[in-house]
Amino acid sequence: MKFKHILGLLCAASISVVAISVMSAGNASAQDKTVKIGAIFPLSGNAASAGVHAKAAIEVAMDIINNANPELGNFPLAKNAGLAGLGGAKVDVVFADNQGSPATGQNQTLRLITEEKVVAITGAYQSGITLTASAIAEKYGIPFVNGESVAANLTERGFKWFFRVTPVASDFAKIYHDFLTDMKATGVKTDNVALVHDNTEYGTSVASVITSAFKEKGQAIALDVAYAVNATDVQSQVLQLKEKKPDVVIMVAYAPDAILYAKTMQALDYKPPMIIADDSGYSDPSFIKAVGKISQGAFNRSSWSVGAPGSPTALIAEMYKKKSGDEMDDTAARQMQGFFVLMEAIDRAGSTDPAKIQAALKATDLKPDQLLMGYKGVKFDDKGQNVLAAGLMIQLQDGENYVAVWPKANAEKAPVMPYKGW
Amino acid sequence: MSTVLLQVIVGGLLLGAVYALFSSGLTLVWGMMNIVNFAHGDFVMLGMYVAFMVWTLLGAGPLLGAPLAALVLATLGVIVYFGLIRDIMKGPMLAQILGTFGLALLLRYSVFWWFGANFQTLPENIVGGTFDILGLRIQASRLLAGAVALLVTLGLHLLLTRTSLGSKMLAVAEDSTAAQLMGIRPDSMQAIAWAIAAGATGLAGALIATFFYIVPTVGETLGIVAFVTVSLGGFGSVPGALVAGLLIGVIESLSGYLIGAVYKDMVVYSLFLGFLWFRPQGLMGKT
Repeated sequence: MKFKHILGLLCAASISVVAISVMSAGNASAQDKTVKIGAIFPLSGNAASAGVHAKAAIEVAMDIINNANPELGNFPLAKNAGLAGLGGAKVDVVFADNQGSPATGQNQTLRLITEEKVVAITGAYQSGITLTASAIAEKYGIPFVNGESVAANLTERGFKWFFRVTPVASDFAKIYHDFLTDMKATGVKTDNVALVHDNTEYGTSVASVITSAFKEKGQAIALDVAYAVNATDVQSQVLQLKEKKPDVVIMVAYAPDAILYAKTMQALDYKPPMIIADDSGYSDPSFIKAVGKISQGAFNRSSWSVGAPGSPTALIAEMYKKKSGDEMDDTAARQMQGFFVLMEAIDRAGSTDPAKIQAALKATDLKPDQLLMGYKGVKFDDKGQNVLAAGLMIQLQDGENYVAVWPKANAEKAPVMPYKGW
Repeated sequence: MSTVLLQVIVGGLLLGAVYALFSSGLTLVWGMMNIVNFAHGDFVMLGMYVAFMVWTLLGAGPLLGAPLAALVLATLGVIVYFGLIRDIMKGPMLAQILGTFGLALLLRYSVFWWFGANFQTLPENIVGGTFDILGLRIQASRLLAGAVALLVTLGLHLLLTRTSLGSKMLAVAEDSTAAQLMGIRPDSMQAIAWAIAAGATGLAGALIATFFYIVPTVGETLGIVAFVTVSLGGFGSVPGALVAGLLIGVIESLSGYLIGAVYKDMVVYSLFLGFLWFRPQGLMGKT
């Protein structure tokens, strides 16, 4: 018995020694050769569809950075394997699930920073969660680069560590107004505009920005329909629209509600002359698969255009489709762009020190040919907002694929009126 | 009355019937064994996915999908009863809550893992599209769900009040030791109750799938409504759930139309709390 005990103890001791040495060896090499980034997305909950696509986009970006992809030409970080500025270090992304809750997003950010020791963070899809998550990064002095949240106030908080690559609500409000003005010149009625939006940070802030932007141009929003997110039924909202007969309906909705609206509009036989969707739900690939055929002719905003075959954007879109099984959409592309901007800055900083990354981000100056998106470039102002972000209008003409229709310079096809529906 | 207002009310009634339909299983389980099934919303979700599979694999509509969903879920109900409920019933209340809640997450994320996070839908005209009656738009799929809701409620009510099986089930609910002395096996009765409740829930899911989106987390959205319907109707009362469902549907629609959609939950829940203040047992619950 005694002998067995001693033997057992010896075994346990040797196993733990081996385990510890293996673990520490792992750590040492990890510190030498990888750059650890945190990514927060809704991987479960009602926005999981968006989160899963975001994760695929980031993984494609990791593949591009960590392997040599000379075919992508001038595209940053593609040519050689790893980050050249850090001696070919590989990037490793730790994904965290925000579960669609601002509180969880905040806790996960804290975990990524204090336990996973990430050097920078990207995410978190929903504006309301980006709001809380970035506040933690700010407190700990960790750079937070966001590629997709559009609520105006995110960059109005005097934060020093928050950088946003995407165009914001006010940019798009201006695009909508200019687009409608152009359409009016061709004889389309655009005077009576209705706004349908949910009650989240995203819905309310985008709605208020659109309302004030239109007001500035002397046009009042005729009807404002606010509803609670994740609705079980939207019949009363659709009937309200049907009765008021607006010329244009602007939809600010996440995917589940957007799908319900499309189905209910058909059931109640309501076709507004024009629908403009504010991205999010209407760009979700599963929205197009589920109800694209009964939403033909919906306009949408986008900064993504797949480009000519063989171009870097087309090649990346192909890689993305292979990874996710779905076509690249505007949201996933903006998330990927945000991640590339962060990685380019880390590469340029040549360091994983958060302060040096922050300084590099501030000095970012990317040109259009170095980008995935149709922005005029990437350059941050003092608030951390990309001042060169831009967008265009797309239309779901055949119910399957969006095509660029405005402005004329970027248009693949002319806009088709009125809204066809089904 | 204007046509629009009438449309709002009719829409509310049809919506309410659907609420009642997916609440009946929850109220039955509570009435039989004082267990709140937190996995209820996810049973609805499973019913929706059965209908979806029947459509994608066999190209068949709810005529096949709904009975099959009822069958699959009834089987699952029995498995869940013997595998989980029977044991946690002996534990404290907290164990029951966490047990069914854990089951909810297990079901949700198993479906998530298998089907992915994408939203799915059944074809719009899978139950004959929409028809016009005197200017009112009535969706055939919602009408079917409403009609089935009435039938299920009536059927469950008759089963419990008019059949010997129902009497046995109620006897077990009242005093399982006494029932055992009369030669009734509580285990079988409770397993049957779970089978019926889960089956009705699966049926509801398959019918809701004809006009709602299908996603693994849809149970979260629908589950809450079921709990409110059941507590308003009176825990354990099947006809109560029907009346409560219709009431909530109409109040939701009317307040959404007249006051604004963003306030409709506020209206519904404040009326709900106000009502429970005066009548905590619900509309038709026993004191």
